[in-house]
Amino acid sequence: MKALYTAARVLKQLAHDPRTLVLIFAVPPLLLWLLKYVFNNDLFFTQFAPLMLGIFPMIMMFLITSIATLRERKSGTLSRLMSMPLRKSDFIFGYALAFSLVAAIQAVLATLVMIYGLGIEIGGGTSFAIIAAVASALLGTTMGLFTSAFARTEFQAIQFMPALLFPQILLCGLFVARDQMATVLARISDWLPLTYSSDLMKRIAAGGSWGVDHTKDLIIICGFIIGFLLIGALTIRRQEKTK
Amino acid sequence: MKYVATVRDLSVTYDGRVKALDDVSLKIPIGQIAGLIGPSGSGKTTLIKSIVGQLKLPANKVAVLGLSAGAGQLRERVAYMSQELAVYDDLTVRQNLIYFARIIGLSRLEVKTRVEEILHKVDLSDQKNQLVTDLSGGQKQRVSLAVALLGQPELLVLDEPTVGLDPLLIENLWKLFREITGKGATLIVSSHSMTEAARCDDLVLMHEGKIIAIGSPSELEEKTKSRNIEQAFLKLVRQTNKKEPK
Repeated sequence: MKALYTAARVLKQLAHDPRTLVLIFAVPPLLLWLLKYVFNNDLFFTQFAPLMLGIFPMIMMFLITSIATLRERKSGTLSRLMSMPLRKSDFIFGYALAFSLVAAIQAVLATLVMIYGLGIEIGGGTSFAIIAAVASALLGTTMGLFTSAFARTEFQAIQFMPALLFPQILLCGLFVARDQMATVLARISDWLPLTYSSDLMKRIAAGGSWGVDHTKDLIIICGFIIGFLLIGALTIRRQEKTK
Repeated sequence: MKYVATVRDLSVTYDGRVKALDDVSLKIPIGQIAGLIGPSGSGKTTLIKSIVGQLKLPANKVAVLGLSAGAGQLRERVAYMSQELAVYDDLTVRQNLIYFARIIGLSRLEVKTRVEEILHKVDLSDQKNQLVTDLSGGQKQRVSLAVALLGQPELLVLDEPTVGLDPLLIENLWKLFREITGKGATLIVSSHSMTEAARCDDLVLMHEGKIIAIGSPSELEEKTKSRNIEQAFLKLVRQTNKKEPK
C-alpha cells in the first residue's frame, strides 16, 4: 500500500511540472517524425522506426528516473523516509509504478503516432508493439533507479547515459546485425538488456503471430527489470558508514 | 530514573580521518526536553544521527527505548527532523504532510484531522496549498518540522528546529514542545543558541566532539558561577582547553 502512496506522490510531483510532462510525451513522437525525413526513404524508415520506438522511451525514462531518484537522495527526503516505517521495496516499487505509468503513456503515444501518423505498418500488431515499447521504457526506468545510487551529482547521472546506454545501442543490432559483429561483441550483446528489447521489437515489426521467441525475449526483459529493481532496493541504505 | 536513550563510550570517525565524536557517554531521561548545545562542528548532528540510528555503529554503543539504535521497531516510535529541509519542494505543503502521514501509518481519517491540526500548530494553514518551493526559508523550515510532529512518537529528535524562525513563532513552538513532553514523550533538541538552551530541562554541552558538561541550566550556571548559559559554556570551554592543551 505504501508503494501506492509513493507512486501517487511521484505522479503529483510530475503533475506540478507541466514542462517535463510535455517533453516526456512529445519528444519521442517528434523524433520519430524527424527520423522519417532524415531517412527520406520509406524502406529504411520502415525497418528502422520500430527499433527506435524501443530505444527513445528507454533513454528518456532512464534519464528522468535517475535524476528524480538522485534528487531524492540529495535533498534528504530519502534519508527521512528511511527513518520512517517504510520498506525499501515500497519506495523503489512506488517509483517504478509511477514511472511505468508515465512510460506506458509515452510508449502508447509514440506507437500510435508511428502507426497512424507516419504510416508505418507493424506486421505483428499494434498492441504487441505497445507492449514491447512499454517493456523497453520500463527497462530504462529500472536502470535509472539502479544507476542513480552511483551518481553524486546530476552531471554524473547524465554521464551514465553514454557509459551504459550507448554501448547497448551500438551492440543491440540496430546498426549492424549481431551475427555480423566480431564474435566477442556478439557474445557481450547476449548479456545486455537492450538486445532483447530490440530483438522483440524486430520480431513484432516483421509480422507473424506471437511465438516462443517473442515470449523468450519478453521473459528475459522482465528478468532484467526485476533484477534492476531488486539491486536498486539494495543500493538504498538506512545507515551511513562510519569508522 | 528511566532513560529514553543511553550512549556509552561512543567515538565516531568519518572516512577514517574526521573525528566527529570522541568517547561520548550520556543518558537522556524520559519525558524531558534535552538540549544538545554547542557551536557548529561540535558533534551535535553526529550524536543525533547516532541516536536516531542513521549511523552504522558498533553494537551496544547506543540504546534507544531499550533497543539498539537503528532497530526496525524504533522507526514507528522515534521521529526525526534533520537540518536539511527533507521535504518535496515541488509538492504543496498539504500534499507533503499527507504523504508523510500515510507513510508513518496514519489512517485516511486520522490524516485529515492530524494534518489540519499540525498546520495550525506551525502556523501554515494559510499556506497549505502553496508549493514548498514558493515559501520563505522559515516557512520551509516549519514544513519540515510539521512532518516530524505528524505522528505521536515516544522520542522526537529535532536538529536545529528553530533556525530562521521569528521570536513569536519560536515562543509558540516551545509551548508545543512542552505540550508534547507533557504527554510523556521525550524531546532531544540541538541548538547553537544559548537562549534556546535556557528553555531545556537538561543540557548536554558539546565542544569539538566531546561532552564538556551535562546538567540542568541552573546546575550548570551554579557550577560555573555564571549569570547565564552562554557564560557557563564559555567558562567550561576554557577549562577544557586548559586541561587539554593543543
